[in-house]
Amino acid sequence: MTIKVRYDVVVIGSGPGGLAAAIAAKKNGAQDVLIIERDIEPGGILLQCIHNGFGVEVFKQDLPGPSYAQRFINEAFQVGVEFLLDTMVLNITRDHRIAATSKRHGFFTIQAKAVVLAMGCRERTRAQVRLPGTRPSGVFTAGTAQRWVNVEGYMPGKNFVILGSGDIGMIMARRLTFEGAKVERVLEVMPYLSGLTRNYVQCLMDFDIELQLKHTVKNIIGKNRVEAIEAVAVDDRWNYIPGTEEIIPCDTLLLSVGLIPENELSRQAGVLIDPVTAGPFVDDGFQTNIPGIYSAGNVVHVYDLVDWVTEAGLIAGRSAARLVQKGPQLNSKTIPVKAGENVRYVVPHNLNPDHLAEDDIRIQMRVRQPIEAPVWVEVRIGGNLLHRKAEPYARPGEMVTIPLKPAHLDEVKAASELTVAIVKR
Amino acid sequence: MAKLSENVICVTCPKGCTLIVTRDGETVIDVENGCKRGKDYAQQELIDPRRMVASSVRLKGGLHPLLPVYTSVPFPKPRIPELLALLRKIEISTPVTLDQIVLENVLDTGINIHASREMKVVTG
Repeated sequence: MTIKVRYDVVVIGSGPGGLAAAIAAKKNGAQDVLIIERDIEPGGILLQCIHNGFGVEVFKQDLPGPSYAQRFINEAFQVGVEFLLDTMVLNITRDHRIAATSKRHGFFTIQAKAVVLAMGCRERTRAQVRLPGTRPSGVFTAGTAQRWVNVEGYMPGKNFVILGSGDIGMIMARRLTFEGAKVERVLEVMPYLSGLTRNYVQCLMDFDIELQLKHTVKNIIGKNRVEAIEAVAVDDRWNYIPGTEEIIPCDTLLLSVGLIPENELSRQAGVLIDPVTAGPFVDDGFQTNIPGIYSAGNVVHVYDLVDWVTEAGLIAGRSAARLVQKGPQLNSKTIPVKAGENVRYVVPHNLNPDHLAEDDIRIQMRVRQPIEAPVWVEVRIGGNLLHRKAEPYARPGEMVTIPLKPAHLDEVKAASELTVAIVKR
Repeated sequence: MAKLSENVICVTCPKGCTLIVTRDGETVIDVENGCKRGKDYAQQELIDPRRMVASSVRLKGGLHPLLPVYTSVPFPKPRIPELLALLRKIEISTPVTLDQIVLENVLDTGINIHASREMKVVTG
């Protein structure tokens, strides 16, 4: 394809967030919509997530990751989204100038009326969790192993220990078992599971893989290749408990210890980042602090379900299309949304009450401490309750959502800020 | 036979509800905490546990050496190792379309194995 000089909307990344944003931008009236993707094919990390469990919300179907991606890739081509694959974005400016490079086109710049950041997230590495021990081969992130096993056809080892009970770690435990490897143990430093409970059941329990909570890796043993790891129990403050050490022989250690939104490009553009989510501060239309720069999906905060990433992408794409057609909304007041009692963070960080006149606004949050009892999810204005919703429990691994409705418009308009809280019923 | 009450975590959807299942032998009498699909899951899990299975088969002539595949419906749990051993022997060629049947009525279960994505022919 020929690269145009100008585009209405340029989306960075072709994972579920980027695909949804591009499709929504196009469907809502943006003319030239381009996705720039660094991989050689569109779809993002979904392509290596060959397990089921995607699409239960969006399609009411239980699909494997590649199938879920394929539906959106097909739709994007159908509505006329343009793609630049195998292309790396190097820089984005606050006035939406994008510099990129590829083998085919060399270095080039393009001008966008609106940009949607959809770079997703990256796995936390060994260095980021400061694991002691030697540095042999055989220590990988779970997602790297997933790519090798599911896409490229390599087995990274025979006997595994997995650190971290995130979804990717548990899913890889099952996948490696399927391919004939032995998963000796899953260790989790927290006193609770960090992934979904159903993955504990169908990935670990089904195959008698032992999970040890409040345990971590004290030492990695081996010179050229991992030979064993030393596991240890920890107390509530993550201090090793002496005498609980255990040597577990293995040739590979997988890390499933969290995901971090990938915001190098966002920062270069001057986008402000929330230190708690590690993603941009956004409004209810997923606009960042820079007018015309939006962000969608795991680049904002790490979701547990791809369906919610798609939904965020659709909102961001629609917002970008609106900006392209109507120009910036001037003089619109935004209202901050703050994390209150037992809420670690909340997205969006602020909202435009005018948008509430048109549609629901979903407020998403993560609980700070698990509550294994019925809870209220509350939205408050000052000390007063605006709206609440009952949930059977609240767990840090499972995002909580509460919708604000057009019926709340008048009260929200008059508020100076909203606070969300999760409390026992 | 005595009535039994036990907790079963439902794996039907990402909610992962903890169902309280009261049963008499293999007959489910009552399920608390679940939706309609949860009740079906509880009964199925007692008499014939099944799981969705996703894996891969060898692929010739595509962008990657593997094609991801999945079972159209949940597959009998005890027979999963047999299914995986069979999938390891399969090799197919591009082009492949999304949801194309890779194996029909696999191991006489009446269940089909489908391609999880399309794979075009890559030349050169």
